[in-house]
Amino acid sequence: MTEKPDDKDGIVLTEAQKRARRSRSIAIALSLFALVVLFYVMTLVKGPIVLLRPM
Amino acid sequence: MSLISEGAEYRGPVESAYAEPSMATVGDYIALLKPRVMSLVVFTALVGLSVAPGAIHPFTAFTALLCIAVGAGASGALNMWYDSDIDALMTRTARRPVPAGRVKPGEALAFGLTLSVFAVVVLGLLVNVLAAALLAFTIFFYAVIYTMWLKRSTPQNIVIGGAAGAFPPMIGWAAVTGSMSLEPVLLFAIIFFWTPPHFWALAIYKTKDYARAGIPMLPVVAGDRQTRLQILLYTLLLAPLGVAPFLLGFAGPMYGVVSVVTGAVMLALAVQVFRERAPAERACRHLFAFSILYLFLLFAVLLVERGWGGLLIAPFA
Repeated sequence: MTEKPDDKDGIVLTEAQKRARRSRSIAIALSLFALVVLFYVMTLVKGPIVLLRPM
Repeated sequence: MSLISEGAEYRGPVESAYAEPSMATVGDYIALLKPRVMSLVVFTALVGLSVAPGAIHPFTAFTALLCIAVGAGASGALNMWYDSDIDALMTRTARRPVPAGRVKPGEALAFGLTLSVFAVVVLGLLVNVLAAALLAFTIFFYAVIYTMWLKRSTPQNIVIGGAAGAFPPMIGWAAVTGSMSLEPVLLFAIIFFWTPPHFWALAIYKTKDYARAGIPMLPVVAGDRQTRLQILLYTLLLAPLGVAPFLLGFAGPMYGVVSVVTGAVMLALAVQVFRERAPAERACRHLFAFSILYLFLLFAVLLVERGWGGLLIAPFA
């Protein structure tokens, strides 16, 4: 007899794993946002010479 | 549409490398960055950045320190990835995220490599190329030269490897000036010669740990007495080197007094380590603890006396 798998037959995360994944995802999002802010503010700080990169 | 063909028997989830989803928390990833080591790196880089001549915009200074911190953290993650086998054998390191099983080795490697690339590229784009090149070399030196090669192959591991911890003031200096001179090299030399007495004092009272892990630390390979002699010799070099910034006119009288007094205490503790009968555990603990204070005081006085001048607001600098 063929048994059709339902969704629960794949990898099912426990609540703790879901919490850990969610906290990691939030941390990655915050890091990327911080990187965007860093480049934005540096552009304001340096002005047009942001394109010049001295040694 | 079902992916299971008619007549085929479903056998449940496929066993694969992904069968166990990661339980790593953000805290585990922060632990991979070795925050305590990172704080010392940031502090010494701040001093290098502050005593450098010329002006740097505070936001550029902040960006440089952030990149140096992330680069240092990346080195720590790569170190924990490669050393997870020996970390599991030592009481001091067994609870680190990788040997404890909370972070998989591959995750630590990916984390370390990603942060390394980001730290170097951002420092190069937003500050300057020399500072970025020095940071890249520091990460390479710590992760490859020290961790992968020297640590397991020679008792001189922490002597040569100590250079990795000595680079941050030079990176800070380069972030401001875009060049090198004698002053940052002197700061490099102080940390370089400070590292052996600092680590060997720890290694003496952790000898069993290192021996169990098969790491050829000097006390394991050459014995307790030879290590205590080496501690004394390196401290004899370190104490006058600590005073050198004052003697060469790079630092003021306050630095002169502090470096002479703390250097004398370092020397006295090293003599005590050398003279005490084995195992000189108590004397080694004293030397280890004071060595941290010694380095902190030297750099803190430099920061107070010479520092902050480089952190002048200079728009478009």
